[in-house]
Amino acid sequence: MSGSLLPSAEEAYASPDAQGFFGPYGGTFVPETVVPALEELAHAFDEALGDPAFDAELGALLADYVGRPSPLYRADRLAEAVGLGTVWLKREDLNHTGAHKINNTLGQCLLAKRMGKRRVIAETGAGQHGVATATTAALMGLECAIFMGTEDIRRQALNVYKMRLLGAEVVPVADGTGTLADAVTAALRHWVERVEDTFYVLGSAVGPHPYPTIVRHFQKVIGEEALSQLREKGARMPDAVVACVGGGSNAIGIFYPFLRDVPADERPLLIGAEAAGLGLETDKHGAALTKGRPGVLHGFYSYLLQDEAGNPKEAYSISAGLDYPGVGPEHSYLKDAGLVRYEAVTDREALDAFALLARTEGIIPAIESAHALAMLPRLAAELGPDASVLVNVSGRGDKDMDIVREAGLGA
Amino acid sequence: MAGERTASRLEAAFRRGRPALVAYLMAGYPDRTTSLRALARAADAGADVIELGVPYGDPLADGPVIADAAQVARRAPGGFGLAETIDLAREFISGRGDDCPPLVLMTYLNPLMSMGLPRAADLMREAGVAGVIVPDMPPEAARPWRAVAGGLDTVFLLAPTSTDERVRVVADASAGFVYCVSTTGVTGERETLADAGRRLVERVRAATTLPVAIGFGIGTPEQAAEAARIADGVIVGSAIVRRQHDPSVVGDFVRSLARAVHESGRGSAG
Repeated sequence: MSGSLLPSAEEAYASPDAQGFFGPYGGTFVPETVVPALEELAHAFDEALGDPAFDAELGALLADYVGRPSPLYRADRLAEAVGLGTVWLKREDLNHTGAHKINNTLGQCLLAKRMGKRRVIAETGAGQHGVATATTAALMGLECAIFMGTEDIRRQALNVYKMRLLGAEVVPVADGTGTLADAVTAALRHWVERVEDTFYVLGSAVGPHPYPTIVRHFQKVIGEEALSQLREKGARMPDAVVACVGGGSNAIGIFYPFLRDVPADERPLLIGAEAAGLGLETDKHGAALTKGRPGVLHGFYSYLLQDEAGNPKEAYSISAGLDYPGVGPEHSYLKDAGLVRYEAVTDREALDAFALLARTEGIIPAIESAHALAMLPRLAAELGPDASVLVNVSGRGDKDMDIVREAGLGA
Repeated sequence: MAGERTASRLEAAFRRGRPALVAYLMAGYPDRTTSLRALARAADAGADVIELGVPYGDPLADGPVIADAAQVARRAPGGFGLAETIDLAREFISGRGDDCPPLVLMTYLNPLMSMGLPRAADLMREAGVAGVIVPDMPPEAARPWRAVAGGLDTVFLLAPTSTDERVRVVADASAGFVYCVSTTGVTGERETLADAGRRLVERVRAATTLPVAIGFGIGTPEQAAEAARIADGVIVGSAIVRRQHDPSVVGDFVRSLARAVHESGRGSAG
């Protein structure tokens, strides 16, 4: 490798190792009951990767059911408003069910069918992963139960209704703060009990090995498409690529091909936007990478918001999809390796970005995605007025109407 | 650890010619004083081993009774966690002198990591703790802990879903005893002792000379007696923790469990 201090793609992506470790992060820290299920899953995933029929079936569904490729849109009015030369938006919000989540649920539900499971469960925070899983389960004739915190059920009533319409059972989780972390715990505990007939469709790039690798595999289509769409449009390599990070699946989906396929000296700055909530100086945020320290939660080792005794701390964000106290282990590795930069965005900044995109481009993003959009003014200041930035618009904002209305947007 | 293996204190508690009762109590529940008195009553009532739960905020392997008790203990003034649990263990063990059943801490991995593995091991040894059970630490993930855990037995779990290969790996890694989870699922009382548990114990016996104990889902003296007919030890948790607010009730209940286990065991009928 010539002249760059950054690891080559090969060095960066010798990860994960056979035990599912990205550097020190990841691994399998779970009750023994589910170890055989994870081994079975890893085996089924390896087999599927070697089976062209699996790729063909998934590819056809992504094209004809999801509507891929999702467009790469040049948002000129937004670029002008934030003072950048070019802003590219990867439009995952235009996918069926309105977010990137469907890429992963289709892949995992196909795996479930290969493994002969007739029942799937999932956890959900904002409801996007729950709706995507319920949708996929309906499509494939699988029984489906979705675990959701009671607070999120309140915040995301419309998505709860959709899941029920789609034939899924929504299981309320009142433990803890009634949010995503509690839903993950409840789903994992349920999986421990029903592991023989149930497939756990994990919604982000988190969890025990092999889940982070599986989710990356099914989401990398985002970055692969973006790279080829930039080429097709004759556009130069952007100076930066931005995505929001809760668990981190849409971010790893867009980053991974840039890390793997783009030489280090041409690689854009990669930036993950975490939730700073009411501010990093308060306890009300979800910035695990910025403010956490490494620990084990939900079966994997990664940066984690935790108290002194090692108990997971409540995360907070205006966005139900980002208030998770942990983050995918690959992101922890990428942070330490200096391959991706992570910054935190407050609720207020996200709401401003939300309003700006709506008014300049007629696109209403998910509040999660608005965290990534909120990085644009900062990047304009850092990179200058000619810079080109690609943002992953991971989902659409229909589900967030009540929240933004309560926050006074559009009043 | 090569060469001749001598039975540890923990292992010896299962080798008295009759099955052993392992009583699980939650440290700091409903408060420190009551939990300490409940420990004493359980020991007086014939518990051969005491498993002391560390209150933790995300107890993946535990059912509602133990998870709720952990929440109560954790939210006590000052918070009850691993450090406080080790301190409680020290007071209990030193207070009883020679008349103390071996005490095993059941904790999740993150409190250990948060304290620092070497420091956690040091404090446990100083307190006189016999071993640990860490349900979210499979043997493959245990190397850093084992490197510092000399003198402490690390007990690993097996489940009915475990393959024969897993049974070998886990049995080889365990010390003190092997913990068989009788059903797939979290801790908690069940209607009947699953056949799956019986078959698991048989498979584990074939793979190890260590004592084999069975737990999860055992809530009555009758179930404990049934479990004692197949295993070297019977672990009762939720049913005790449910009574833990009243130490004298814990004492009476543990006595009935101990009698059932000791009298109906494999060794008793000759």
